[in-house]
Amino acid sequence: MTSTRPKPNSGASGSPGRRQFLKDSGRTLGIVTLFALGLGIYSRQSHSLPAEALRPPGALEEDDFLSSCLRCGLCVRDCPFDTLDLAKAGDDVSVGTPYFTARDVPCEMCDDIPCVAACPSGALDKSLVDIDEARMGLAVLIDHENCLNFQGLRCDVCYRVCPAIDEAITLEHRPNLRSGKHALFIPTVNADHCTGCGKCEHACVLKEAAIKVFPLELARGKPGEHYRYGWEEKNERGSSLVAPDREHRYNLPSGQSYDFDKEGLIFEEETNAVTPFASDPLKTLNQGLEQAQ
Amino acid sequence: MKSQGKPGREAIISKGWFRAHQWLISRRFSQLFILMLFLAGPWFGWWIVTGNLSSSLTLGTLPLSDPFVLLQAIAAGHWPETAAITGAVIVVVFYLLVGGRVYCSWVCPVNLVTDAAFWLRQRLGIGGASSLSRKTRYWLLAAILLVSIVSGSIAWEMVNPVSMLHRGLIFGIGFAWIVVSAVFVFDLLVTRRGWCSHLCPMGAFYSLLGTRSLIRVRADNRSACNDCMDCYLVCPEQQVIRPALKGADKGIGPVIDSANCTNCGRCIDVCAPNVFHFGLRFNNQNSIGSADANHSSHSSGVEIS
Repeated sequence: MTSTRPKPNSGASGSPGRRQFLKDSGRTLGIVTLFALGLGIYSRQSHSLPAEALRPPGALEEDDFLSSCLRCGLCVRDCPFDTLDLAKAGDDVSVGTPYFTARDVPCEMCDDIPCVAACPSGALDKSLVDIDEARMGLAVLIDHENCLNFQGLRCDVCYRVCPAIDEAITLEHRPNLRSGKHALFIPTVNADHCTGCGKCEHACVLKEAAIKVFPLELARGKPGEHYRYGWEEKNERGSSLVAPDREHRYNLPSGQSYDFDKEGLIFEEETNAVTPFASDPLKTLNQGLEQAQ
Repeated sequence: MKSQGKPGREAIISKGWFRAHQWLISRRFSQLFILMLFLAGPWFGWWIVTGNLSSSLTLGTLPLSDPFVLLQAIAAGHWPETAAITGAVIVVVFYLLVGGRVYCSWVCPVNLVTDAAFWLRQRLGIGGASSLSRKTRYWLLAAILLVSIVSGSIAWEMVNPVSMLHRGLIFGIGFAWIVVSAVFVFDLLVTRRGWCSHLCPMGAFYSLLGTRSLIRVRADNRSACNDCMDCYLVCPEQQVIRPALKGADKGIGPVIDSANCTNCGRCIDVCAPNVFHFGLRFNNQNSIGSADANHSSHSSGVEIS
């Protein structure tokens, strides 16, 4: 027999039995408390997700995802491209949860989103019906120094493979200051359209990709809540938010005016304005001398 | 009469080897068959069952979910979708009928590990009394749900050897073998039947689930008991046998009524006089070998110690 729990009346009186019982209970309570604390700390640590690990489309925000994912792997099984994998014990991703690494196998963005359909728990949100609305992460052209397009070459591979070409990735023209006469075609990610599928990162021809998909919270900056762009507000309201400028007054001598938009300084020649200055500066100086005599 | 050598030797002599192992063989078959259902997909491309024991889909239609994992998700603050709830309800109903810890002895892959550890422990003659209470698992169960509530995540599934082993066998084991080895070593060297019968909170959950389950081991023929102790020696939850087997004088019925009984049936195998058999929980009358008819309607109640 393994249990050391004594029979209630094992002692001469009830006291030794009760003492033993309290001792055992205390020990059990101690073990369980230590276990709970350890588990709690471990679970907090496991909340961090490495930057290269992306969740499947429709995944809830990471904290909610970890509270809802049952670690069953049904999404992994229903992925027709074997993109998804379940984290093994010892991986950096919370064990048993699905993820993919874009550089290895990117998401092919199936129209029917089979991984979301397979999820029994709702960790992958079924309200995602249009794969273009998925936000698995955000592509960031992180290394300008090694990106071939930044050198003035026409690699363009990330742009070409992008499922939302000309929307999620556009090529923006810049002057090539090195050659002085060519253009740079800068691949530019537009967060409004990027699903984070990772095809750009997967296809980047460099040994280490210059464009990478990061989790949204890593990839995006965020202006303060109170920030307003004047031009946007103006478009929205039809007029500037601040009071309009008063017409600027130039304190010019009479006979002169200033046209800001076109001609600049204008001398109104028809009026023969009398200036305090003679055309010959010497005369002016001599004037003062004559007065003194 | 004290049996000599391995428990069950008398039973082999009197019943033949096969009948003295029939439930053990059935159980191993069940464990491996269920494991193979899951492995047939990744190994041979026969996708009969996809997923793992946490949640699965059979033949593309039948969802099954582990109610314990789902309970943790709910404790963590997530209300699951219909598929998972349906799956869990089916599983709960099944175990309410056949006995909660049927999961432990007929399905759970860790049982193969801990049974192997127990077998080796017996072979090597490793003894020593345990200082662990069998109630620890219930405290662990409560602690896990508390951690889920506080941390807002299914924390236990990050370390649960049961789901780690099963998931690992199907999806790639990683370092989960270390956790499983730890369970093996613990059972081998530290505590007899340490994991399954003392610590495993999943087993504790299924115990509670099967508190009133229909199918039970019964000791209806207990008057034939020859005190050979073989059933005690093989039972993973030794404490559950005594009330039913020896309780006739105290008015306790012949049904092994503790929720901790895993319905493994090994006691039936090793009993030469055929004291035990599988039956229903009803008719728990203290009639056979009863000395006191006044206690005949007494039920032993639920014991979860």
